[in-house]
Amino acid sequence: MLDILVNLLGLGLIAGIVWWFWLAPKRHQSKAVEAQDKLRIVARDGVYEPDRIRIKAGEAVTLHFYRQDPTPCAEWVLFPDLEVSAQLAVNEETPVKIPATESGEYPFHCQMQMYRGTLLVE
Amino acid sequence: MADSSNASSQKFDTERLVFNLQRVNCAGCVGKIERAVRQVSGVEMATVNLADRTLAIQGKADAADVAAAVEAAGYGAEVVHTSARELRERQREEQLQHYHQLLWRCALALGLGVPLMVWGLITGDMGVGSATQQLAWGLVGLATLAVLIFCGGHFFSGAMRAFRHHSATMDTLVALGTGTAWLFSMVVVALPQLLPESARHVYFEASAMIIGLINLGQALEVRARGRTSAAVEKLLQLQDATARVVRDSEEVDVPLEEVQVGDRLRVRPGEKIPVDGRILEGSSTVDESMLTGEPLPVKKDKGDNLSAGTLNKNGSLLFEAEKVGAETRLAQIIEMVKNAQSSRVPIARLADTISSIFVPAVMVFAIIAALFWFNWGPDPRAAHTLVVLTSVLIIACPCALGLATPMSVMVGVGKGAEHGVLVRNGKALQQASDLTTLLVDKTGTLTEGAPKLTDIETDGDADELLSLLASLERRSEHPLADAVVDAARDRKLDLYDAEDFEAVTAHGVSGRVNGQQILLGNRKLMVREHIELGRWQACAEALSAKGRTAMYAAVDGKLAGVIAVADPIREDAKEAVARLKRLGLRIEMLTGDNRASAEAVARQLGIEQVHADLLPEDKEKIVGELQQKGARVGMAGDGINDAPALARADVGFAMGAGTDVAIETADVTLMRSSLHGVADAIELSKATLRNIKQNLFGAFIYNTLGIPIAAGALYPLTGMLLSPVIAGAAMAFSSVTVVSNANRLRLFKPSSVAGNSEEAK
Repeated sequence: MLDILVNLLGLGLIAGIVWWFWLAPKRHQSKAVEAQDKLRIVARDGVYEPDRIRIKAGEAVTLHFYRQDPTPCAEWVLFPDLEVSAQLAVNEETPVKIPATESGEYPFHCQMQMYRGTLLVE
Repeated sequence: MADSSNASSQKFDTERLVFNLQRVNCAGCVGKIERAVRQVSGVEMATVNLADRTLAIQGKADAADVAAAVEAAGYGAEVVHTSARELRERQREEQLQHYHQLLWRCALALGLGVPLMVWGLITGDMGVGSATQQLAWGLVGLATLAVLIFCGGHFFSGAMRAFRHHSATMDTLVALGTGTAWLFSMVVVALPQLLPESARHVYFEASAMIIGLINLGQALEVRARGRTSAAVEKLLQLQDATARVVRDSEEVDVPLEEVQVGDRLRVRPGEKIPVDGRILEGSSTVDESMLTGEPLPVKKDKGDNLSAGTLNKNGSLLFEAEKVGAETRLAQIIEMVKNAQSSRVPIARLADTISSIFVPAVMVFAIIAALFWFNWGPDPRAAHTLVVLTSVLIIACPCALGLATPMSVMVGVGKGAEHGVLVRNGKALQQASDLTTLLVDKTGTLTEGAPKLTDIETDGDADELLSLLASLERRSEHPLADAVVDAARDRKLDLYDAEDFEAVTAHGVSGRVNGQQILLGNRKLMVREHIELGRWQACAEALSAKGRTAMYAAVDGKLAGVIAVADPIREDAKEAVARLKRLGLRIEMLTGDNRASAEAVARQLGIEQVHADLLPEDKEKIVGELQQKGARVGMAGDGINDAPALARADVGFAMGAGTDVAIETADVTLMRSSLHGVADAIELSKATLRNIKQNLFGAFIYNTLGIPIAAGALYPLTGMLLSPVIAGAAMAFSSVTVVSNANRLRLFKPSSVAGNSEEAK
């Protein structure tokens, strides 16, 4: 009886992990930024908030990253496709300039890809 | 943790803002501005410094409000941004603070974990049998909980937060591993009857030890990481914090950030040049090695350009600031290095893909392994199941995988900057490491780029002939003409006025000088004018064979002699070509010059293949053709004329000068125009790529071996499971190892400096 229960629990957990991390539609906190707006992105405890940012194509935008996590993981934010990167100061806002780009989805993340976000240019 | 972040944000809220003021010129303005600014909410103190026209405020005010208040009072104000240096210093303080915090947490956690472990090893009694033991272990369990919260709270909050966002990080693994061990132990303590007697074992020491060790690992990592950015640090330190500005014939020291375009600055011998500018007064030699890698100091006179960060050696200079702040060349170099340091390297794509699904995959694997032990493992099953589950979760290290490439790139790119090699991005770095063919533009790279008069053969007076020819050539715009005129100037010959000057395209020039009809040009010109070449033809051919450009000179319809002009080969070119060949590259020369002179240069340098008589657009075609044949082509050129070919090549090396255009477009910019820079860049990229491969290999091996071992793969052999404590130690030190290996790259030296090629191979 206990054996079956434990096994079921284990299998249930696996299904749960697969569903939650991979299959579940990712609900993102998304925010749109106009060129003249100021958007603050907080880096804390392994996530960017918001982690989905919409900007207009062909307009340069400045994002303001606010890093609250002193671990070295959060130190850099990289936009590899745009060749933009910035070293974030702790407990301070760091402006990151995003040049005017074509529409598309550009991921951004920390060096180890634990912090992740998406820049939607549309 | 929460406390510390609150405290520091308060500290920065009451910060000091500095503004540059405009239109402030009398003492009366001071009071007016100060009064206006004090009205702004949040301003605690405002002081205007008339001497350097700045306003400093203390408080929590918004910079825009302050600027608006100053403007309303009739003046202009512009906030001075904190310098990169200041930011870095603050960053370093934060880092140090974080480091100490990690060490404290580690000490506390190990303070509980080590005695518990020793107790377990000595007495072998970690079981829960009697009610007394239940009580004792219950208290230990509560102490462990305190350690988990105080020393490992950030893992749990991080894991929770990531979980809500459907993502899993290293925190998730640590939190799950230690949390499971603690929960299981508490169940044993509270309800021992649920488990068979042999499984009534507590694992509080594992939870505490793991938290302690991982904190220690992170602390060591913070230290090691600090060193990876040493190169940028060095560049930042090239500027002093203050500059000496001359205002109203008085010299004032002002903070570097407050220097404005148009300011006149004084630099004394032995001081660093603070901003980019142009010399107004004085002359000196300036050491530019930090920017160009060029070891010899450069002579600078009135009108010459100065670059921020270079060192004034022996003269006092007065100069005008032309570019300040982020506009200076130094700042641009720093910016580029920083961007390149964090760009993606194609080789890491696999690692990136893996690390993005790594953590959930490990969680799934841990459960499968645990279930295996639960269903088919030997007794005590419950204990084994728990150990396997915890060990697998803890030993898996996504960090080592994720850190492998960025750390090496960071050190490698920084090292390049130290040697005057600016790499645009990680992709260029990788491609430079496996080039097969290098195309080199002759002019300016292999040769000086400025032709010189090498021979003058005549039956009459050589100086007399030269002065006639130079007088004529003075009117010409052909590059070779400069060589003739310069030679005449060097010999201090008098020049005459030329009349009836005519430049005949692709033939030469003609005109009247001092009443004589002069012709200077190639054979075609002489044939057209019906002039006998006679024995001079052999002479000219002999000169051509040596790679020089020979020209016939005729005076009043008779051939007077032959002069030859050549672009001298750069002193270091031969050695650099040899180095490049040792690196396994096939070298081909591109030039617009004629084949004979091009081949002569190639022979002297040991280059096998020459593409001569090229038009600028041909260069790009040659790059394309080679690529179609399967070659991976590097192209070294001056960055302006060769731009299309540089762009087409797999890696374009822009030589010399570090002009803005080149920095913008080339894959690799070399601050000096020596071919040695290309060799340095290729050696460096090879060393970096090797380092990355070591790191990736290490991280893969670590995880592919570590995880199965933690899952109990060795149990049939050893009869033991891997202790979660050892798993924790392995995980903590794997990422330290990766960072340390990347730091090894800092020892890289180009072979020309090291004196042999084996070193950097």
